[in-house]
Amino acid sequence: MEKNFLGECDPPRQAMRILNMFEQTKPCEDFASPPVAVRARGVVDRKSGVGSEKLRSNAKARADEWVDHVIRIRDAQDQAAFAELFRHFAPRVKAFLMRSGADASLAEECAQEVMVTLWHKAHMFDPGRASVATWVFTIARNKKIDALRKQKRPEPEDLPWGPEAEPDQEDLLTLQQETSALGQALAELPEKQRNLVERAYFGDLSHSEIAAETGLPLGTIKSRIRLALDRLRHSMK
Amino acid sequence: MTTEKIKHHLTDELLMAYSAGTLPEAFSLVVATHVSLCDDCRAQLASFDTVGGAVLEECAETAMSAGALEATMARIMQGGPVAKPRKPSGVFPAPLQEYVGGDLGAVKWKPVGMGVRQAILPTSEDASVRLLYIPAGCAVPDHGHRGTELTLVLQGAFLDEDGRFARGDVEVADEELEHTPVADIGEDCICLAATDAPLKFRGLMPRLAQPFLKI
Repeated sequence: MEKNFLGECDPPRQAMRILNMFEQTKPCEDFASPPVAVRARGVVDRKSGVGSEKLRSNAKARADEWVDHVIRIRDAQDQAAFAELFRHFAPRVKAFLMRSGADASLAEECAQEVMVTLWHKAHMFDPGRASVATWVFTIARNKKIDALRKQKRPEPEDLPWGPEAEPDQEDLLTLQQETSALGQALAELPEKQRNLVERAYFGDLSHSEIAAETGLPLGTIKSRIRLALDRLRHSMK
Repeated sequence: MTTEKIKHHLTDELLMAYSAGTLPEAFSLVVATHVSLCDDCRAQLASFDTVGGAVLEECAETAMSAGALEATMARIMQGGPVAKPRKPSGVFPAPLQEYVGGDLGAVKWKPVGMGVRQAILPTSEDASVRLLYIPAGCAVPDHGHRGTELTLVLQGAFLDEDGRFARGDVEVADEELEHTPVADIGEDCICLAATDAPLKFRGLMPRLAQPFLKI
């Protein structure tokens, strides 16, 4: 278990600092503001921060594009759109399931089933509530519980819908931006903390281990997603 | 059917584990039932799902087999499942009704003494979940816990050392908590309680009754 040292090398504090800087960036000003943090992976020039802005706008553009793909499947049974989604998500779902304990052939089988479900449930995807990656994650997670853990998954009731069928375009943009910002924040967490989060989602950590794991950056994750929370609450009024 | 403002919520650890899909089924049922009643926890859960999406997005890719896309397309063309509509919420929200086989009237209660009744719901065996019926003003024997216990109120209210718990409120008890819940006077109390270990009662009589209660 990771010890928390007080002082400069305290990873949670470092993460907090990075995330706090991040918080000051309002989603709508994302592109006007200077890059405030650099991604830990190679693409970014660490000194100047060049690339951070580009990276973020790329991630956002791609998230928007995936929404468009799902809508094309929903409205026009567009197989070309599906093929692109498949190429992006199926190998990730397969890797996710293998990290969660499935062997290669079961993971392959389940990843295909996840993509079949994506097609059939395209009409239920709500871009005002989740990004495509989040939605695919929930389908993959349910498949994991069903096929790997052999358990049922009790699901909460759906929210009763208001009169407006389509979500507000601006809300939709904000949610998708928040989601890509969160993904970036996750990528920027110190290695150890990011590992803990990933292990919690792959199922390497049991729920009691999660409760006991003081290095798990739940606080920093929470502060990162506060804006998304506010938005969700707003949309439910 | 949200009435009073919910004051006692799920912990982040539980919501995150539910989002990750790592909770025992019995706990997941309590989480899903609480979230059906609680907008705050619903929003928090959506956020943890978003973290899951980000983890998936960051996953190293594992190549699919040759012909996987074509095989998937062929399965799609076989047609999708027919979705069955969920029952509307009553005293019990939809996820709980699916385990009971209906609303409050469908519960097959078994008396366990002192007017208290219970119904154990079928789940996987890594934890257990039951409905408890506690007559107004009645006390559940003083007990501590070996594992984690979640108690969600569906009707009436109970009071213990941690405060008052009414419809939608959930108490998360661990090994540190020893408590004596008492049902509020106004109305008989119905709770959904999940535990991953047998409860340990402090008095002799409840201890003798324990194997019989299956708790």
